Amino acid sequence: MSQSVQTGLRAVPPLEPNRELILPQQAERTLPNGLTVIAIERRSVPLVELRLRIPFSRSIIDPRFLATSSLLSQTILSGTPTMSTVEIAAALQTVGGALSAGVDADRLLLSGNGLNNGLERILEIVGDVLTGANYPEEEVTTERARLIDRLQVALTQPGHLARVAMLKRVYGQHTYAMQTPEIGDVSEVSRDELVALHAARVHPAGAVLVLVGDFEADRVLDAAEAALGSWDGAGGGEELPPIPPLVGGPVTLANRPDSVQSSLRVVLPAVNRTHPDHAALQLANLIFGGYFSSRWVLNIREDKGYTYGPHSFVDHAVAGSVVIAAAEVATEVTGPALLETWYELGRIATVPPEEDELEQARQYALGSLLLGMSTQAGLAGLATAYAGSGLRLDFLAEHAIRLAAASREDVASVGARYLAPAKGAVVILGDGDVIEPSLSALSSVERTSG
Amino acid sequence: MDRLTLPNGLRVVLAPDRSAPVVGVAVVYDVGIRSEPEGRTGFAHLFEHLMFQGSESLEKLEHFRYVQGSGGNMNGSTHLDYTDYFEMLPSNALERALFLEADRMRGPRLTEENLRNQVDVVKEEIRVNVLNRPYGAFPWLTLPPILFDTYPNAHDGYGSFTDLESATVADAADFFEKYYAAGNAVLTLAGDFDADQAAKLVERHFSDVPPRPAPVRPSFAEPDLTGERRDSYTDRLAPLPAFAAAWRVPDPIGELAGYLPYVVLAEVLTDGDASRLVRRLILTDRTVTTVGGYIGVMGEPFGVRDPTFLVLQAHLPPGGATDPVLTAMHEECDRIAQNGLESGELDRTVARMAAQLLRDSDAVIGRCLRMAVLELQHGDGGLAASIPSLLESVTEEQVRAAAAAIVAPRRAVIEVIPGAGGSA
Repeated sequence: MSQSVQTGLRAVPPLEPNRELILPQQAERTLPNGLTVIAIERRSVPLVELRLRIPFSRSIIDPRFLATSSLLSQTILSGTPTMSTVEIAAALQTVGGALSAGVDADRLLLSGNGLNNGLERILEIVGDVLTGANYPEEEVTTERARLIDRLQVALTQPGHLARVAMLKRVYGQHTYAMQTPEIGDVSEVSRDELVALHAARVHPAGAVLVLVGDFEADRVLDAAEAALGSWDGAGGGEELPPIPPLVGGPVTLANRPDSVQSSLRVVLPAVNRTHPDHAALQLANLIFGGYFSSRWVLNIREDKGYTYGPHSFVDHAVAGSVVIAAAEVATEVTGPALLETWYELGRIATVPPEEDELEQARQYALGSLLLGMSTQAGLAGLATAYAGSGLRLDFLAEHAIRLAAASREDVASVGARYLAPAKGAVVILGDGDVIEPSLSALSSVERTSG
Repeated sequence: MDRLTLPNGLRVVLAPDRSAPVVGVAVVYDVGIRSEPEGRTGFAHLFEHLMFQGSESLEKLEHFRYVQGSGGNMNGSTHLDYTDYFEMLPSNALERALFLEADRMRGPRLTEENLRNQVDVVKEEIRVNVLNRPYGAFPWLTLPPILFDTYPNAHDGYGSFTDLESATVADAADFFEKYYAAGNAVLTLAGDFDADQAAKLVERHFSDVPPRPAPVRPSFAEPDLTGERRDSYTDRLAPLPAFAAAWRVPDPIGELAGYLPYVVLAEVLTDGDASRLVRRLILTDRTVTTVGGYIGVMGEPFGVRDPTFLVLQAHLPPGGATDPVLTAMHEECDRIAQNGLESGELDRTVARMAAQLLRDSDAVIGRCLRMAVLELQHGDGGLAASIPSLLESVTEEQVRAAAAAIVAPRRAVIEVIPGAGGSA
């Protein structure tokens, strides 16, 4: 065997007809307290997945709220009047389960899974936590210190620093501009503030519980109602203003001395899932940089070797959507990598894609729907994300039809409308003194303060 | 589950499950980081990249385009003792995936241009994952050289830039010839297909892959430590101290029954807020900010051969010291050894482990990969289904005995000294 293998010996087998997208059995009920429960059957393994999405938005930039909500997510499972943090964890483990909590600018999310015969126990514990989390002083002290340690580590991670700079540039005065708390604010959050925030916000109005697993959907609705029907009170997130329009302009350079790579981020406008342009935009993004076989990956990785894992995706949040293109590139090729990125964006914005490129992206998008629906965890994630946009899994079928129908013209038109490099906000984190000269050859550059 | 072996030596496992219209296809080769030549650190992983750069009938990039243009996705990964290549796709693309894997099993297209390109890509991968972030090499690249003496077990599996740059097309051709033999591989299929039809497709595409014998796999055995070993290094990006400690465990293949108690012990010690070390070190002593416990540098208890080890690792708060934490870890192990487990502790730990294993297997590709590795290493892909019950058969006595073996004179410790600002 050597480099001189003969080529073109065999023909690649054709595909069988496309598999039909079949939606799983599901049932839904909105309880009198305002909680919507969605139960989805997938009986592949004797497990259940649970996601509870509670609206948690704050309409203005509020550093103390950010600090308090972050610490709340780290301590909401730390105790109730009848159970300690250890007892909660042990009770979940007994049914093969675990729960965790996380918060972002839109929602608080409780996530978990366990054996299907433990679902009622898991729901009971979730109910106890929602109505009785008591934020014990000891655990709050512990978790506050751990959160500060984690934030300290984040401040040395390029991905985090690039995100901070990107959010600030893109969102300006909008509440999305700041999504990580300051260490100083976290250090001041008291137990009383956690209790008060829980009392104000952790309520069923507008919340969605998604359960996926090896069960009968209708029966599970009853179990959820039995466990969570008495959770009560009005809460909900605050109404968010729409995100500000993206502004092009100078490249934002955030200095990270001695960085051996530059973190390149290009943010472009996008539309939400129900907008008529959404399917075509998803395809245009795929063709540009949204999957491995995209132009951008083939250019800056497979041809030039500038980077390992460039990727571009449509990021949907409640107040608006954007496309984010992200790559970690070698410091010495930062300028050339930006040039190629602009070239590929310019191409998708000004030249219609080839028919075979579009077909390939379309098949990928449709196949991803099938793969995404093929696991309990995948279904739970999809259903929860959709619920955040007021959608249900049925939307998958509509979306598949739109993906199938999008033409080259449609993709060219959304490419021009959303992916034009002139509309993008460019943020680069890297060794400023080394990379600024070559960036300045391409664009005006503005250094961030600090 | 069906198993067959083709005349060229390729072992095949078929696990149909028609609950979703998707399939997983995996090929696992019995070669990994431990087998790469001296002076060629990182070569097994670099070679994995080259397996995606075109093959007998396919130009560069076509592999990706055929998989993704069929609605699927693909990847590969390099481990200590094996290298996997896999696709997950809508089930109408099953035959195409088999074709793609057979084509590169017959021979990847190894060219100077592709090699240089992928050396650059791998260097960027190492920069992302190791050089440009805090704790990048911790502990998977920095712990083995403390615990082990021989090149296969101790060297840097991501590779030095010098070694990566020295790699040649001839090296790659030799590596393929020696290790990428049909007889050194397992093919698994899971998901939406009929077993008989799938067997016919497998034969159609793989039966003319030339037979080459599997190389003799050397023993990588090393003696256990007879005294503590310890080292430290400064991570210029790390703001907080950290350490990892390792203890050798029984041979996961040859002494499976003696090995499983250590797998369970790692979870008793560190899985969740009810585990021993989280309770002691995080919730009570507040001497660590995170604690973890697992088997081997890659944390895959059912994908590693002898010699391997149990790791306990912790990130410490600013100014935190390693020794008091190590002492507390030993006290907790000693407490288990002396007093046994609490009521329900073993059952709940194993229940969670079993649920995690089931969860991994819900994805077709998770099923594929686990079966493939077990078939390769244990000669029994069916073991995937019985691991939960094997774990359930681990007794409290066995966990106590395992805990009794976690003693100071058998440990290797690597400490990270924070080199970044912060208040450390």
